[in-house]
Amino acid sequence: MIKSLIKSTSLALALLFAITTQQAQADTYKMDTQGAHAFIQFKISHLGFSYLLGTFNNFSGSFDVDENNPAAAKVSVEIDTSSVDSNHAKRDKHLRSADFLEVDKFPKATFVSTAVKVTGDGTADVTGDFTLRGITKPLTLKVKHISGGKDPWGGLRRGFEGTTKFALADFGITKNLGPASKEVEIYITIEGIKQ
Amino acid sequence: MKTRNTENGYGLVAIGMHWVFALTFLGLFGLGFYMMDLGYYDPWYTKGPIVHESIGLLLAGLFLFRSYWRLSGVNPEPEKGLHSLEVWGAKIAHVALYLLPVIIFISGYLISSADGKAIPVFDWFSVPAILEPQKKMADTAGLVHKYVAYATVAIIALHAGGALKHHFLDKGETLRRMIFPEK
Repeated sequence: MIKSLIKSTSLALALLFAITTQQAQADTYKMDTQGAHAFIQFKISHLGFSYLLGTFNNFSGSFDVDENNPAAAKVSVEIDTSSVDSNHAKRDKHLRSADFLEVDKFPKATFVSTAVKVTGDGTADVTGDFTLRGITKPLTLKVKHISGGKDPWGGLRRGFEGTTKFALADFGITKNLGPASKEVEIYITIEGIKQ
Repeated sequence: MKTRNTENGYGLVAIGMHWVFALTFLGLFGLGFYMMDLGYYDPWYTKGPIVHESIGLLLAGLFLFRSYWRLSGVNPEPEKGLHSLEVWGAKIAHVALYLLPVIIFISGYLISSADGKAIPVFDWFSVPAILEPQKKMADTAGLVHKYVAYATVAIIALHAGGALKHHFLDKGETLRRMIFPEK
């Protein structure tokens, strides 16, 4: 009787332990923006002749990844819109103005994932709520897991890259840049440090 | 015809610089105002800023010489028979019309050199940047440039209104003195 009680209790405990460790296996990684091993770049056509590249210098974010259950991954990022940098002070001033990002009114852009669909070995479509200029719309990034593991300084790191694109007008940017420049492409590469 | 000013009137150099400065300044104001809302496909979208910056920097050179000329020479006394409020109002406007352009020149220079790159004056020469690139400097300098320019144009309107009043209502010499150099 007592024996079986101990047996069942320990079984229950073992199960409970298994469940909690299963849940705890989703590790949280902080984006290494401090060491600048994380980039959010944009690319847009200039008159159809070439591409203009720019980046957001300041942002922060984190992601949760469970290697055994990639579809449960979560990511969120907050971008300081005033940190837009296209290597041209007067253009950046214009990008910060009401014609584009209107950073005084909308200092932050955010992306918060809502669903992760694994599409292959190490690849996934990460859908989330993207907010830009106060407008929130779903956006899907095609994400590739690059690698993860120990870094040389005793930490654990994991990195991804991803791409997406959207129409400027979808987020209230209606300045006419010409027919070739209606959509902007985004490229991100993010390294996170396990917390 | 005198080139330098006397107690009674202006010389040719001061008069010439006054009108060149005034017309160029107002021209730059008009161009700047027009440039602010140009569409991306407008031919002046790229040409406007080059012309505005180049002429602005050349005008800053003229401004330096004009200030030197004003400070180093004699300045005519105000016309006789004016109310002391008019005399003081005119003096304050004159001081403002020398000080505010300094702010406009400096802020304009800071917008255009905010990358830390030199500003071309047409394709003749370029003016180097002195400050390191600074985040948002162009935005702050842009606001200062715009509002100080508005204030200056308002003072120019008062200054011109005063001159016209002295000429047409008071039948005085004030405006004529700024057109005809001292004999």
